[in-house]
Amino acid sequence: MSYIIDRRLNSKNKSTVNRQRFLRRYKKHIKGAVEEAVNNRSIKDIDQGGNVTIPRGDVSEPVFHHGEGGIRNKVFPGNKEFVVGDEFQRPQGGGGGGSGEGKASNKGEGEDDFTFQINQEEFLDFMFDGLELPYLVKKQLNNTTQYETRRAGFTNAGSPDKIHIVRSLKAAHARRIALTGKDRRAIRALKQEISALEPLLPNMEVEQKINKIHAEIECLSKKLKRVPFLDDFDIKYNNLIKVPVPSSKAVMFCIMDVSGSMTQSIKDMAKRFFILLYLFLKRNYKQIDVVFVRHHTHAKEVDEEEFFYSRETGGTIVSSALDLTSEIIEERYAPSDWNIYIAQASDGDNWDGDSSKCSQVLSESILKQVQYFAYVEITKGPHQNLWHEYEKMSSTWTDCFAMQQIREPSDIFPVFRSLFEKKVEGAA
Amino acid sequence: MKKKPISTGSEWTFELIAEYDREIARIAAEFGLDTYPNQIEIITSEQMMDAYASIGMPLNYNHWSYGKQFVETHQNYKRGRMGLAYEIVINSDPCISYLMEENTITMQALVIAHACYGHNSFFKGNYLFKTWTDASAIIDYLLFAKSYISRCEERHGVTAVEELLDSCHALMNYGVNRYVRPQPLTTDEEKERQHAREEYIQRHINDLWNTIPKKEEGINPEITHFPKDPEENILYFIEKNAPLLEPWQREIVRIVRKISQYFYPQKQTQVMNEGWACFWHYTLLHQMHDEGLVTDGFMMEFLHSHTSVVYQPPFDSPYFNGVNPYTLGYNMMQDIKRICEAPTEEDRIWFPDIAGSDWKKTLDHAMRNYKDESFILQFLSPNLIRELRLFTIMDNAEKPNLAVTSIHDESGYRQVREDLAAQYNLGNREPNIQVYNVDVRGDRSLTLRHFMHNKQPLSDTSSEVLRHIHRLWGFEVHLESILPDGTVSKSVHCPEKVQPEETSTLI
Repeated sequence: MSYIIDRRLNSKNKSTVNRQRFLRRYKKHIKGAVEEAVNNRSIKDIDQGGNVTIPRGDVSEPVFHHGEGGIRNKVFPGNKEFVVGDEFQRPQGGGGGGSGEGKASNKGEGEDDFTFQINQEEFLDFMFDGLELPYLVKKQLNNTTQYETRRAGFTNAGSPDKIHIVRSLKAAHARRIALTGKDRRAIRALKQEISALEPLLPNMEVEQKINKIHAEIECLSKKLKRVPFLDDFDIKYNNLIKVPVPSSKAVMFCIMDVSGSMTQSIKDMAKRFFILLYLFLKRNYKQIDVVFVRHHTHAKEVDEEEFFYSRETGGTIVSSALDLTSEIIEERYAPSDWNIYIAQASDGDNWDGDSSKCSQVLSESILKQVQYFAYVEITKGPHQNLWHEYEKMSSTWTDCFAMQQIREPSDIFPVFRSLFEKKVEGAA
Repeated sequence: MKKKPISTGSEWTFELIAEYDREIARIAAEFGLDTYPNQIEIITSEQMMDAYASIGMPLNYNHWSYGKQFVETHQNYKRGRMGLAYEIVINSDPCISYLMEENTITMQALVIAHACYGHNSFFKGNYLFKTWTDASAIIDYLLFAKSYISRCEERHGVTAVEELLDSCHALMNYGVNRYVRPQPLTTDEEKERQHAREEYIQRHINDLWNTIPKKEEGINPEITHFPKDPEENILYFIEKNAPLLEPWQREIVRIVRKISQYFYPQKQTQVMNEGWACFWHYTLLHQMHDEGLVTDGFMMEFLHSHTSVVYQPPFDSPYFNGVNPYTLGYNMMQDIKRICEAPTEEDRIWFPDIAGSDWKKTLDHAMRNYKDESFILQFLSPNLIRELRLFTIMDNAEKPNLAVTSIHDESGYRQVREDLAAQYNLGNREPNIQVYNVDVRGDRSLTLRHFMHNKQPLSDTSSEVLRHIHRLWGFEVHLESILPDGTVSKSVHCPEKVQPEETSTLI
């Protein structure tokens, strides 16, 4: 007697722990891969998960094997022309040559690196590693978008369960009318002819004529019958689409100093900061525009690639970027429609006398319109003049202005703290 | 009289599976197959991947290498680079078989015949499985092992346990008693005795390293060898004698050793086990067809997958990956049946005692009393050698060319058969490494000896493995490769000799 058990409903993630052990063991490699991905990817598709490649040698589990050399007799199937005593050259690459079975397969695998996929959550975990985000925040950032399914008209293709019967029959009806109109008109005309002829009966000639018309009518009705009642292309299906749960729009301005004093490592740090802000916004808003503004003595709106990776030299006039931002807001992002977030990263260096102009632009036009303005000064040294100028501002604009000095990645998070605090209040 | 087919469609239901199982069981019993009771479990492909990752067992302790396996399987499966097996069967009592829900009813029936009656009867009947494994206790033992190891992780940290397991896994192939029958495992006993054992062993080992000088008269320079005879079960030796291991570490070494021992027969009977299962699914399903229980369409689908399983690509094919154990085993079983039923003159000369005998009895005898090596040596017939066109190539590293030494002709049959059998001799496949000596009176260093087979050296990974042994042993480890004449051809040391002596690091 056999027992038959349905195990399909049992948990399927028995290997989760082992998988986590594996990730934990190769944390360093995976972090490296994630870091590379962060640097190569656009901010907008940062939270996609991705491939991680580890050199095969590092994940190997060594056991005792026979190595090359010595004498081996190996039996092969499928002899075609060999006879005893035949000799031939040893094939290169170890294929047929003769190491033991286990060895050969191990060698075959040994060639390429060990590549595997990590999912979005793991990817973000590794990316946030070192930023010291509180768990709750990580959770919020990891959350994926909620969609709802909505009807959106009808389509010609779909699964049988989505067939819309009334629509399909309507379409069939319309098709039948369209395809048979001419013939039905002809039948009607012929019938009229008969009724015109009938009073003349009995008359041989007329009778013959009527019979002929009858035959014609029959021929036409047969033709009518051949039009199918329901054809494949009549069938209409309910069309369902996924739409993100409605919410408002946001625009994020990334402003960065690209003058000669900004090194690549400072820019990478800035990129982390921008990514974090983007992810935070993405969690709260369904549609986000990102505008990149970079400046040295002169500001310019650029695409992401140029923003992070093109090199510029020269002095620094921060106000030029703020002016441009303010212009862009006016042109394209009306504060009534958009939630505006601005993130500015700089090493704090500014042209003497320009800092005061900056605070003027900020307080007169920008800060009134934005949800939040975050300034990070990425420097290990003492504060620069822009910092001192902004410091004065922060006291008057407490609710929408934050500034922070970043020396290392773990400093990035505190900038966001105030944002989340606001959220919690709102929720309560 | 033809019966009504059990089913005609391709969808399976639990009722259908039960009915197929009932019929197959009846026919199997008629053929005299003796099996454990079956436990058939339907699982999804994801669960199948989970099962893959834990070496096919329904539960196992946690280790990163299983995670790696899972990640790899998952990746390959998702990209369509590999299909999953139709089934996994576990040597336990009751015998657990996993069936994938994706299979059609034909495949389910094939798998039931193959696993639940083929493999199952092999597990129950073959002498190696009977001697080395205890089917009724394995699941309980794994449960014990899993909870013990997770308790160790709580107490001593995941990293410490992981490092220990890494080292043990490196030596897994050397955790096997080849000649002495192991104690049967029972969980309750294990638990009860475990504590007592911990204390006892610890005391015992301290004895070994006792620094109190022995009586002067007994000093004899020739008896400084420890162990007295070389020990092939390295993990066993470490469990019992490694001076610095803590009791829980010894217990984990023991667990790895026991599991290794459990899988040992499977490695030695792959050809026979698969051949036996293929032979029986073929025979059982044909019998069903003869009785009219299955349709012609069913047979077409079954034969399609049967032939692809037992296909042997020739050596020069791009798909060639060694001798296919399914092909070899299945053909040998069929060949034995043929020799019993319709022996030729040649068969009567080569197999005088089985030619013309009852094939069921002969096959049953072969299944019970052989392993791959001896099975091939005993039963591979000239007829099959011709059919598979087997030939031997000698690869001597000292010569520039490979040479064909024997083919399927009168003078070559015996040699080909011997060479093929030798290929399945685990003693030839795995380097023969044994514990040779411990320098008890000196620096406590451990010396292993590799007795070379056909002058084959060890691969480069050996120094890695040596590091693992060093971690377990705690003192210096030497590995010497020995030629048949007793000279040392190469020796490896850990820590390496050229570097300044490091103090031994312990786990």
